[in-house]
Amino acid sequence: MLGEIIIGIISAAVPLSITFVLVGLGEMFNQRAGVYNLGAEGIMMVGAFIGFYVEYTMQSGPGSSTLGMLAAIGVGAFMGGIMALVCVTFKAEQGIAGIALYMLGWGVAGMLFRVYIGGTTTIVGLQAVNVPLLADIPVLGPIFFSQNAMVYVTLFLVPLAWYMLNKTVWGLKAKAVGTAPMAADTMGVKVDRTRIQCVVLAGAMAGLAGAYLSICQTHMYADNITAGRGFIAVALVYFGKWKPSGVLFGALLFSLAHSFQRSIQVYGIDFPYEVAVVFPYLLVIVVLAFSGRSNIMAPAALGKPYYRELRD
Amino acid sequence: MFCNGQMQIEHIELKNITKRFPGVLACDNINLALKQGEILALLGENGAGKTTLMNILYGLYQPDEGEVIVNGRQTAIDSPQKAGALGIGMVHQHFMLVPNLTVRENVALCMFNDRTFHCDIAYVTETINRICTDHRIKIDPDAYIYELSVGEQQRVELIKALSLGANLLILDEPTAVLTPQETDKLILLLQEMAASGCSIIFISHKLNEVKAVSHHVAVLRGGKLVYNGSTDDHTTNELASLMAGRDINLPVAKEKEPSDKIILDIQNVTAIGDRGTQALNGLSLALRKGEIMGIAGVSGNGQSELAEVINGIRKVQSGRILFDGEDITNRTPQQIIDRRMGYIPADRLHEGTVAGFSVKENMILKDYARPPLAQATFLKDRAICRYANDLVAKFAIKTPSIDTTCASLSGGNIQKVIVAREMNRRPKVLVAVYPTRGLDMGAAEFVHSELLAARDKDETVLLISEELEELINLSDRIAVIYEGKILKIIPAKQAQKSALGLLMAGVQSHG
Ligand SMILES: Nc1ncnc2c1ncn2[C@@H]1O[C@H](COP(=O)(O)OP(=O)(O)OP(=O)(O)O)[C@@H](O)[C@H]1O
Ligand SMILES: [Mg+2]
Repeated sequence: MLGEIIIGIISAAVPLSITFVLVGLGEMFNQRAGVYNLGAEGIMMVGAFIGFYVEYTMQSGPGSSTLGMLAAIGVGAFMGGIMALVCVTFKAEQGIAGIALYMLGWGVAGMLFRVYIGGTTTIVGLQAVNVPLLADIPVLGPIFFSQNAMVYVTLFLVPLAWYMLNKTVWGLKAKAVGTAPMAADTMGVKVDRTRIQCVVLAGAMAGLAGAYLSICQTHMYADNITAGRGFIAVALVYFGKWKPSGVLFGALLFSLAHSFQRSIQVYGIDFPYEVAVVFPYLLVIVVLAFSGRSNIMAPAALGKPYYRELRD
Repeated sequence: MFCNGQMQIEHIELKNITKRFPGVLACDNINLALKQGEILALLGENGAGKTTLMNILYGLYQPDEGEVIVNGRQTAIDSPQKAGALGIGMVHQHFMLVPNLTVRENVALCMFNDRTFHCDIAYVTETINRICTDHRIKIDPDAYIYELSVGEQQRVELIKALSLGANLLILDEPTAVLTPQETDKLILLLQEMAASGCSIIFISHKLNEVKAVSHHVAVLRGGKLVYNGSTDDHTTNELASLMAGRDINLPVAKEKEPSDKIILDIQNVTAIGDRGTQALNGLSLALRKGEIMGIAGVSGNGQSELAEVINGIRKVQSGRILFDGEDITNRTPQQIIDRRMGYIPADRLHEGTVAGFSVKENMILKDYARPPLAQATFLKDRAICRYANDLVAKFAIKTPSIDTTCASLSGGNIQKVIVAREMNRRPKVLVAVYPTRGLDMGAAEFVHSELLAARDKDETVLLISEELEELINLSDRIAVIYEGKILKIIPAKQAQKSALGLLMAGVQSHG
């Protein structure tokens, strides 16, 4: 019984963590490049709606889920572009711009939902599938081999992100412009362009993360479907010390706590659920507090726009 | 072999260049020209506008007026990328390195800045190795920049510039933290490069280098070009007075009866460096009250770690440090400061100052909580301003005002802010790492005489420098550091440069 519960908790945590990993990896790139995007939450909402809407209008026909996610990627990239234009090109205060983008995203998604859908409607979405044979392996089977396809795609993105960040010229550029933009500039790296690329990429990832929520996780759209996940992801990037593996770890830990908390209710364990709900957030705060040693790898220019002639 | 740009720069001219910053006229209608294969030395006091002028040539600053003419054609160098495309390379006074990337990755970034994905690490390694063996530079390509000492970072900055190959190479005080041997090698290299068709602009405050390397000199004063001519026409003394407008004589320490009171006693100290290696290896050193103890050594042999353990910024693994009879091993920096220890760190931008703070705020960083600067947790602005203005005047710091941010000052003037803060506190022991790094000769003369005056008032100085002449002139005794240990201590009066050079390389003479 206990073993079953534990396996149940873990195998529920894995798909939960995917949203965080997707948006977190993107956020990691733009933070590495020196821009933090609090608007990720808003982008996710729009991505969630667009993904849902595309599949809904195609009546969940063949390929509609994929098309929905691609559309969400496109919209996310567009909203990332807005963020980049405001913060990188026009050098506005990033925190303020991010909050504005969050509210814009919420407003737009909510409005579109009310105009075009109205009430609770479900779609088929991307369902979990059992991988033949492998799914029957005890313990590992339910955790790893009976998930939806995006889980595997996302888990593959983690090493890919690591490779991009550490083994490609582009990754070096991203790290350089986020840490020492003037040095990068004198080395011939185009600072603003690199930052824009990272913010747009992160926007696309946030859009996809949103679509994952609606298409793969809940199979529906509801107002404020993201419920703060975008902000949690921003914290998870700090938590993961700007490393893909760290983001993955943080996302898994948080989702485990979340899934644990939910199973307390599901299995009817006698524990005040109001307290249990707080548990994942508490965990993040505690871990953040205790891992808060200064980190030399942190992007030192995070949040600072780059001006060539200004010294500070 | 050195020049690989598409187009050779046969002639480059700066015409009527003017550049203003808030409250400063940094460059005032400057005209300067350079032909292929020439080496031009750019001289001038701190804040004269040398770096600004070179940054304009490198596309980092845009001139308010004037133009750059390359091979007879007006060329807008509006970004460092553009300068790079023209084959202009620059070694910056304040190193332009990304601290959380390795040496190899920094060089890779320079070499592949026009690529997106493919990073040919093997080729980068090969290039670094070639440069290092050709010029006998020692560096670990896998080290992160933040782990390196300032001297090592200077080497990386040079490797970076050499890895690209340049038609015009600008070197902004490249020798400020190099050992004399390294400087000699660099001068040879520059001459070789010039002979093969590369033009070079060389900025230094050390006139013997200028004399040895350059064909022409240009002197800036207050943003104006005040002299432009051939190097051979002048002796170093004449150059010095051209620059400062007066004669300059660096003071030399007079013999002094050693006191036998030990003020700072470092006993068998070991410490781990940023790279996880044993940076201090059972180092022992005793400083007597009222002496200047010089530390000679090649950068990266534990000098910076030594300074850091004394000031409580690095953890001591084993051993003890006694300061005026009291054990200060692994005390907090604040506790050590309160016992009147002074520290001039090597890295003036990141350790010595808070870059975004004003000159005034930087000057009171260590004393802001004490009267007369504060009373019952309230800062007394009038007293602070008076204090800061006094220091600005005494140390001749060139700044538009005491409220200017420190980072916008010229390199030498930032250094002066630190030196002023530390010396004015009258510390019992002053740990001074490259105290005159980047100072012009007049300022160096002043700081040297202040150090000697402090010694005569029975204050003690631990002087860490790569410049043997400075060490020999000022010190009472010189300790040679090698691989985290003191190899030998010799009285400065008996020290010879060549013998010191050998010791610094780890060669123990017999006898
Ligand atoms: N980015 C900037 N913002 C504001 N003022 C600046 C900036 N860069 C330089 N200045 C000012 O321009 C003047 C000339 O500075 P510059 O760095 O060119 O001097 P320098 O000749 O290189 O001196 P040093 O020998 O000390 O390096 C200084 O007064 C400095 O305060
Ligand atoms: Mg300068």
